[in-house]
Amino acid sequence: MVEYGDIRVVYRGGSKINFRKPVISNDSRFLLCASGESVKVFSSVTEECVHELRGHTGQVTGVLLRPSNHLQVYSCSTDGTVRLWDFTDGILVRTYVVGYPVYSIYASLNHKEVVFIVTPVQSDKRTELFQLVAVNLPQTPDQLVEARDLSAVLSDVSSNPSTIAFGRGGEYLASVNNLKMEIYFFKKNKSYSFSLREYTKNGGKNTFTCIACHPKDDCVATGHDDGKIRLWRNFKQKKEYTYSTLHWHHSAVSSLCFTPEGTNLLSGGVESVLVQWRYNQENQKDFLPRLGAAITHVTVSPDGALFSTSHSDNKITIIQSCVKVSAVIQGLVKGENVTTGLLVDPRSKALVLNGRPGHLQFYSLQRDKLLFHLDIVQQEYIHEAGLEQFEVVRAAFDASGLWLATVEERKQKSAELELNLKLWSFDEQTQSFVLNTTVSAPHEARITAMCFSQAADSQTTTLVSASRDGHFKAWQLGLPAHTDDEGPSWSCDFVGAYHGLVPRCCCFSADGSLLAVGFQEVVTVWNPTSWELLTTLSQPPGDVRNLCFGQLSCSKYLLGSNNKKMVCCWNLLTCSLEWSTSMDVSLLLVDSRSENMAAFCCQDGSTDLFVFKPSEPRPLFSQKAVCSGRVIHAVFTPREVMLESSEESSQWLNRSQLYFLTEFMDLLTFSTKAEEEKLMASSKQLVIDDTVAMTPFYLLLGKHRHEHLGNEESAERTPLPQSSVAIKELLQTPAHVLPATSFLCSMFAKSLLISVTETREENKHVDEEMESEKEEEDSDEEVETKISRPEQEAKGVQGGESTAPTLTKTQVRELRRVRKQDLSWITGLLDS
Amino acid sequence: MASFKPTQIPDLPKLGEKITEDTLYWKNYKAPVQIKEFGAVSNIDFSPVSPHNFAVTAFTRIHIYGPFSQEPVKTFTRFKDTAYCGRFRSDGQLLVAGCEDSVVRLYDVGGKAALRMYKGHTKAVHVADFTTGRYQILTASDDYTCRLWDIPNAVELTAYQEHTDYVRCGVTSKLNRDLFITGSYDHTLRVFDSRTEKSVMTMDHGQPVESLLLYPSEGLLVSAGGRYVKVWDLLKGGQPLVSLKNHHKTVTCLALNSSGQRLLSASLDRHVKVYNTTNYKVVHNFDYAAAILSLGLAPDDESIVVGMTNSILSIKHRKNLEEPKETSKPRRRPSYRVFMKGKNFVPKQDDYFVSKPARQHLAKYDKQLKRFNVSKALDTALEAWLRRKKPEVTVAVIKELDRRGTLKNALAGRDEEQLSRLLCFVIGNFFDTRFTPVLATTAEIVLDIYQCVIGQSAVIDRHLIHLQKLLEKEIYYQKDLMEILGMLDTMFAFSLLRKETAVAGLPECHTAAANVEIFKIVFEQSTCLYT
Repeated sequence: MVEYGDIRVVYRGGSKINFRKPVISNDSRFLLCASGESVKVFSSVTEECVHELRGHTGQVTGVLLRPSNHLQVYSCSTDGTVRLWDFTDGILVRTYVVGYPVYSIYASLNHKEVVFIVTPVQSDKRTELFQLVAVNLPQTPDQLVEARDLSAVLSDVSSNPSTIAFGRGGEYLASVNNLKMEIYFFKKNKSYSFSLREYTKNGGKNTFTCIACHPKDDCVATGHDDGKIRLWRNFKQKKEYTYSTLHWHHSAVSSLCFTPEGTNLLSGGVESVLVQWRYNQENQKDFLPRLGAAITHVTVSPDGALFSTSHSDNKITIIQSCVKVSAVIQGLVKGENVTTGLLVDPRSKALVLNGRPGHLQFYSLQRDKLLFHLDIVQQEYIHEAGLEQFEVVRAAFDASGLWLATVEERKQKSAELELNLKLWSFDEQTQSFVLNTTVSAPHEARITAMCFSQAADSQTTTLVSASRDGHFKAWQLGLPAHTDDEGPSWSCDFVGAYHGLVPRCCCFSADGSLLAVGFQEVVTVWNPTSWELLTTLSQPPGDVRNLCFGQLSCSKYLLGSNNKKMVCCWNLLTCSLEWSTSMDVSLLLVDSRSENMAAFCCQDGSTDLFVFKPSEPRPLFSQKAVCSGRVIHAVFTPREVMLESSEESSQWLNRSQLYFLTEFMDLLTFSTKAEEEKLMASSKQLVIDDTVAMTPFYLLLGKHRHEHLGNEESAERTPLPQSSVAIKELLQTPAHVLPATSFLCSMFAKSLLISVTETREENKHVDEEMESEKEEEDSDEEVETKISRPEQEAKGVQGGESTAPTLTKTQVRELRRVRKQDLSWITGLLDS
Repeated sequence: MASFKPTQIPDLPKLGEKITEDTLYWKNYKAPVQIKEFGAVSNIDFSPVSPHNFAVTAFTRIHIYGPFSQEPVKTFTRFKDTAYCGRFRSDGQLLVAGCEDSVVRLYDVGGKAALRMYKGHTKAVHVADFTTGRYQILTASDDYTCRLWDIPNAVELTAYQEHTDYVRCGVTSKLNRDLFITGSYDHTLRVFDSRTEKSVMTMDHGQPVESLLLYPSEGLLVSAGGRYVKVWDLLKGGQPLVSLKNHHKTVTCLALNSSGQRLLSASLDRHVKVYNTTNYKVVHNFDYAAAILSLGLAPDDESIVVGMTNSILSIKHRKNLEEPKETSKPRRRPSYRVFMKGKNFVPKQDDYFVSKPARQHLAKYDKQLKRFNVSKALDTALEAWLRRKKPEVTVAVIKELDRRGTLKNALAGRDEEQLSRLLCFVIGNFFDTRFTPVLATTAEIVLDIYQCVIGQSAVIDRHLIHLQKLLEKEIYYQKDLMEILGMLDTMFAFSLLRKETAVAGLPECHTAAANVEIFKIVFEQSTCLYT
């Protein structure tokens, strides 16, 4: 295959922000969290990402405020480095090379310039054994520092960062792993270990999950798998330790945290309820329920004003002292499986896919930001192991984005399948989707495919759903009844079947005049207005997997792929097979903006992509091994601004972009070189003022300012047409400072004269400079009279010829440049 | 923090007819006044002038009723034999009627004896009407002729002998004094112009014509005969526009409502159907006790009068809109002072405004569900008025409990009274197809939980046996239905040509099949317990 250098596959959608505990800065203004290979700094008020600290080459595994300087932050990564950042400016201060992958990082005020890291036991990389190591950070001014001064503190610790905590200002260090808790006292240089039996009498699992130490008191709180929290006291003597148990959570406690004063203990688990226990009055507790998804981490800001909880749906919630949620930082939710596939909302051009359980998420690709979640199921989400939830399994948009159809299902053991088909209409006023019709049990078995007729101009919208019960149904919007106060609702218009075969896919042609339904091996073509079976197309063996109508000039073709490694193209005018080829296509999709089609072929662990036109024998573009793993969903999204790439291989990306999702839930896309350059340029423009958080307001104003600056620069650079200067002066100068009209007339006339041809170029050049100079002078001193201008100009013109002996042209230019620079500097001063 | 999402109560489709403006309009009549006549009521004619009395021709009499009287205002009895077609002149002063004895009589509405007698027909005269000129009478008879008579002189002006069978209906033009149309049992409609010797237009209805009706514009003609109602466009030379076949017996009478927007047809099948005249779809239907022979509609649709073969005249009066509606006492609202308390307070400049969070209103069962009190939630959902008035709410709560996996907990541990209440609800709503799946699981769980205590309480046992019997009945019923469906399928398959087309399946039969399965499971379980 040909190597296409300028097209490459890039990741989209950001990485997890709930991987590790976030950190809140001392002034509570920023929240830092590890996200993939970088650390993101969010404003805790506006939820915007202020900085992204890039530099690590491996996954960032921990973020920690530097105890001695609260404006600096340590981050550690699996690439074996610990980096120190200034997060307010987003500058990398220093890099410490440890040499071993780091899984978590700890520090305390007591231990100056020492950080504690968790690394795998070095003897063998395969084993899952980890140890806690103290690293002395050398104090050198270099950027890159080798930190090889390691000393082991504890062995056999867990790699989970929430299992180790410093107690009481760094006097001791507590670590839990499985059923053992170990407390290490630095002064005594001695460690005590406490272990629990595997199961209590009631059968609850006793395994430790997390730990937190009281900041003022000798007390350690541990969370357990069975939902219990134990408060350990008096552990300085191994024999006389005591513990008390708190039990509210019904399953594992995932995170524990004491408030800085030690008055409250916060705990969170899978119930998505933040529980606040009063220290020493443990029967009093406050709850903050329904936070949306299981809590993975709980943190408190150093002043205790803000709490933040990380959730399993890639979300960080910022809470004002357990009263109310003040901000939500939400990333792209990547669930276990995306059953709805990738869709594009025609209205907002957002990518739509499964989000939280029972929700659809709308993700803006342009802004790379999650817009909102649409609650499809509209039921209270109850988390309990073994409880079957309603899942959104299918969704479809109509061409105008006015209607959204969703299918949710719940399969219980020993009970019949519960299916709901919901139709949502877009409400212009609230700018969101409003439920219009709910059809309970639209089919008797799972719905295999669903599509709207794509014709934008047709009066009635038709939805077709195909199901495993062997039927496909057409749904239409009914006419509004006279007396009903409610608007029109959807009802079933037609039920179709073909010899009891199971329909697996359905597809409308671009103009909505034909409907193709694939019944196992047979493709049936129907007329959606009269519901007549027009023709059947069949190319056995193999069940039809995908069906696509060609677009635009190729609309006479119908393409289908089956599970026996065949792709067939039928000509609908002759109702015969146009061509077929042997290709194991797992996904076939069509670009609505062009004739192009994309086919993903899965071959032994990697996926190949072919982009082709149905009418042409040669593919436009093909790439082997696009990504590892199967591509499960893909979609063409229309571009807002068309690219003008002339290269043949990247022309197919001009009108739309191809996004695809692999089985590892990575959202990928193709990007061209031109596009990337454009992006780079735009990112350079958006360099952010350090002191100001990047709020939408700032973005508005900031852009404006940038534009302003840009304009000035361009005014300096681009040569104005010669004649317009005089006119401009004439028109722009305020009337009360204008000189006598007679004078202006002569100037105007002069400006219209054509100078001598030989000297013209030089003149022009000089004039340009003159003009720019003049403008600056204008801006400097506004009330300067214009009388001197023509003289200057004349002088300039003469200067090109007569004053040549005294100063060479280059010298003159040099001189002017110097002057200009000075002036611009003064301009800056005056402006500020 | 998201708020609690209340239980979704599904908006179930309403069973039965859709309520449209037409049904509201045509249902807005009082209960009919029924008057016994002496024989079958063959004709009803409303006087064109106020107070719009109407003449009812029945057997040998013509009664004239006032708009609201139940007794005849006037009676004409001087007929030798059965009278036919008593009709008013356009000024409401004269009345003409045919008779079985072939004599046409003219009456003054105020007088008793006939003013004139028109003799000339040889057989019974079934049609008599005034022309628009007011001085001529059109008659048509079983002797196949139709004639025009001069009123004052009682002289026959013209006779047309074009029909080849009994002429049983005729209508005169309201706009043209010379034009009239007759319909006959020879299946034809003929348009005559008294200025010409012959008919000017002939249309074939295809059935013996029983009734004719001209639209007020007289561009369209409606004819009824056999089971068909046909509409003809006279301006296009008698082109048939539509043929309606909505009755299953002979259509006997036609009428148009006051606005001309609705057409009414009465038939021997005891129905009066109302059609929309723009699309000729049936918008309403009246049922009567006997075969209908005649139909009359008062001006402004104030009353519908129907005469039937069992000699009963049924009069329906329109409900008066001005009737004072029985309004319930307005609910006492809090006084203005209480209502406005604190509303007009303006915060001062330095005040820190604490917004009060809007409190979410939750139903009782939702409050319990929010606290995870599953048994209490079910109890509140089973409150008497809720389970009687809104069974869908109760079912929705049971479904929600099932979704949470706590239905078993909620159903367990109930005493006799609570359990019998629950079973009553299950029995009452079990066969509502919308609730069956949910209630079947409930019944199964109840049987599972309480099988060890069966036999201890007579009340519960009675309920369970009742449920069992109901199930048995339902299974037989559904089986029968399935058999009928099977038979129908065979018949359809036999009658349809073998084409390569897919047959649109009936979704109902699938749900019926599914229900049979559910019933069987529950039934087996309950029989297991009792045997």
